[in-house]
Amino acid sequence: MSDKHEKQKSKYTLDRQIPGAFDGETVTRRRFMTATVHTTGAIAAASFALPALGLALGPIFKSTPHRWETVGTVDQFPDNNYTPVVVTLTPGIGNAGEATVYVRKFNPEIDTDIYDRGKQFIAISNRCAHLGCPVRWVDAAERFICPCHGGVYNLLGVPVGGPPVRPLDRFYTRVVGEYVQVGPRFSVNSKLRPFSPRDPGEPLDGLGQYLYPSRPGAQKL
Amino acid sequence: MPKLPAPPLPSALKAPPPRPGEENGKATPVDQAKEAGITVVDWVDERTSLSGAARWLMFRKVPKGTNWFYTLGSATMFAFLSQAVTGVFLAMYYRPDASGGAYESIRYLTNDVFLGQFVRGMHKWGSTVMVVLVFLHMARTFFFGAYKYPRELNWVIGVVLLILTMVMSFTGYLLPFDQRAYWATIVGLNINGTGPLVGPYLSDFLRGGPEFGATTLSRFYAIHMLLIPGLLAVLIGAHLYLVAKLGTTAPPWQKAESRSELLEAEV
Repeated sequence: MSDKHEKQKSKYTLDRQIPGAFDGETVTRRRFMTATVHTTGAIAAASFALPALGLALGPIFKSTPHRWETVGTVDQFPDNNYTPVVVTLTPGIGNAGEATVYVRKFNPEIDTDIYDRGKQFIAISNRCAHLGCPVRWVDAAERFICPCHGGVYNLLGVPVGGPPVRPLDRFYTRVVGEYVQVGPRFSVNSKLRPFSPRDPGEPLDGLGQYLYPSRPGAQKL
Repeated sequence: MPKLPAPPLPSALKAPPPRPGEENGKATPVDQAKEAGITVVDWVDERTSLSGAARWLMFRKVPKGTNWFYTLGSATMFAFLSQAVTGVFLAMYYRPDASGGAYESIRYLTNDVFLGQFVRGMHKWGSTVMVVLVFLHMARTFFFGAYKYPRELNWVIGVVLLILTMVMSFTGYLLPFDQRAYWATIVGLNINGTGPLVGPYLSDFLRGGPEFGATTLSRFYAIHMLLIPGLLAVLIGAHLYLVAKLGTTAPPWQKAESRSELLEAEV
């Protein structure tokens, strides 16, 4: 019994025969100094590294304000064909912040999906749902066609050929007086159900909406 | 008549004995310049002992059969140095301004600056040369089996260097900010956005927001000319250190030579 007790190391430095030990001391001064210096170094490094990291990562968590932009009058847009308008997504950087939106009046014969009910205008983004190249509306073919990798979409923006993984994004629209305004972007799955805006190349059917979560920076209205 | 010996002169009046290297006469300016150079090197070496490190790095034993393929690593490093030097001077003219200033600064550099087109061309084509050399160097390492024990860590560092080189190519491609640069970067950002779960956040980080914005270009510029080059330089240093420490491998077709006296002793 007493043998066992002696083998066990005491927590007191005095019992461990450490030179210069004080009565009741449990941490050696060498150990204490080492921990102090390491902690001070860590605090000093963190005090510049963390703010710098926050500066780099901050924009991920910042929500961007919703913009509404007047694009024309109510009478200007037919209900069986698209009219391209240019809106500014990011102000202050010229053409790089602009995007084309294809606007059409709501047509009850074409827009039969439940998510489109009650809308007055349909606004479709020209950003290809494959990798983000600019699609164009080809009137003769009644298709949106992407120049980069051959994505093809029908009148509703639903892919009918090529690599796109979901329909073209859309924009919220509203009518103020006699003017049509285009608002923030939203993404849709193959049933045209609206989701928070996703980047191109991210499917929204099935598991897609969980594998490619919505981000704080881009939320739907 | 025998000549009397000259009286002993006080030491201060005696001609000094010839200094080392002056046995054949007075030191020429060339000798003096050499001496000055040696003095400076000695002064530094006495205080740093750098000559030992230089000897350790430069005068290594290399295996029999070492051939031109073994120069691909150095060639890659010189491609990197060329990119670093030309890049520093291109940065004197470049303006990371997404509202037109970036394109205009590149146009000015290319069309109006003396040698601007040449130096920019070296940087542009040099990047391709560097990527090609990295892959050739990797192929040499792979086919010669030079990644095996004890050199696995150097292979891993090399893979990180390859990835960083790719990041350099990707971020540098946006900087001219013409149509090709813009759309290629949009497509590239969206490709890395297709990584599940982290992809969307990664492209938000690279863009500095959910859309291509005002700070995207300066973000790419900072990553291209500050962040990655620093990492590359540090890792190239580690790569070189391990090469010097571990030595190079003989080519796989080189047969090991056994010394005859050892063979006899074994019988």
